[in-house]
Amino acid sequence: MVELTLPKNSKVGRGRTFPKPEGATRTKEFRIYRWNPDDGRNPVIDTYTLDLDRVGPMVLDALIYIKNEVDPTLTFRRSCREGICGSCAMNIDGGNTLACLKPTAEVKAAVTIYPLPHMPVIKDLVPDLSTAYAQLQSIQPWLQADSPAPPDGERLQSREERAKLDGMWECILCYCCTTACPSYWWNGDKYLGPATLLAAYRWIADSRDENTGARLDALEDPFKLYRCHTIMNCTQTCPKGLNPAKAIQEIKQMIVERQG
Amino acid sequence: MNDIRDALLVARNTEAKLVRRPVSPHIGIYRWPITMVASILNRATGIALSVGSLLLVWWLVAAAAGPQAFARVQAFIASPVGLLLLLGWTASLFYHFFGGIRHLVWDTGRGLAKPSLNPMTWVILGLTALATAGVWVAGYMTVVGA
Repeated sequence: MVELTLPKNSKVGRGRTFPKPEGATRTKEFRIYRWNPDDGRNPVIDTYTLDLDRVGPMVLDALIYIKNEVDPTLTFRRSCREGICGSCAMNIDGGNTLACLKPTAEVKAAVTIYPLPHMPVIKDLVPDLSTAYAQLQSIQPWLQADSPAPPDGERLQSREERAKLDGMWECILCYCCTTACPSYWWNGDKYLGPATLLAAYRWIADSRDENTGARLDALEDPFKLYRCHTIMNCTQTCPKGLNPAKAIQEIKQMIVERQG
Repeated sequence: MNDIRDALLVARNTEAKLVRRPVSPHIGIYRWPITMVASILNRATGIALSVGSLLLVWWLVAAAAGPQAFARVQAFIASPVGLLLLLGWTASLFYHFFGGIRHLVWDTGRGLAKPSLNPMTWVILGLTALATAGVWVAGYMTVVGA
């Protein structure tokens, strides 16, 4: 259901402002969402000013610098720092992206950082993605075939068949797209969201998978698939440059076409 | 949230005390891509057109009711408020028309490439402005001509 405002306990207040670094010539302000389950207070925005000459180029570098040098209580997820693990997905400067792939210089004014939108917050920039993971599980993202695999090798594909998976296998499941989607904000309990639907189409389009019919049956539902209204936030925000909206459209088309 | 997701808003803190988690900010902090504006505009103009069709019905009913009733409606439409509404509905009609065609094209699987999304949105907004201006200039010429 559409809820434009946040619940009372989720309204964001003003937090602390940390002192500016002394003698710095190039500085940048970072305004970061904070919520601590242990202090019983509402979320706040803390403000940090960093000396850009002492911090690496990416927003993740700034977050790590803050945690190491300024405020060790800041909590966020990160792992690979090269855009392949999907851990540091967050809302930076109003758009969802990976902190490790987002250059600080791309943000003109102060850098605002929030957790992925419309998700339960565990602490600071760490959202609870349990629902999204359960939805991914529900589409059974693995190869399903009744015919046995060749005894002496793997199941083969032509180059053309393999090429159909390009633009889908690259998804790292960071959920930037899903949490950018207004339909998912309002109906995320029933709508599967772009990341999961892209994963579903990755198996539907796979020539080796023999369960296409059942996969389409499972998606033919007013909420699971058809809450997609081609708003396009998914495609616009994907940090890997993929196109979930197009994958969703392909599923819709396959469902129409098989009706004959 | 008032659905199954509510369950994930309940958690325990470090002292194992039950706490209610906040929902992270969404529409209030998200920077709207132009395509998101276009999407909500398509819905808004659809609603505006539904309301606008009531005016059309009023106009037709008044025309059937007699010259006095018709003159009242005409006077309302010619007032600044009436003209503003009429301008809004003209723009809504064209936006919904061009936006609707775009949705039809999308339904065929075309026009979904990322580089084309923003330019095509501006094309639709431009066409709407042009068509609206065209109708009003033509209407103005007709009125002044008469």
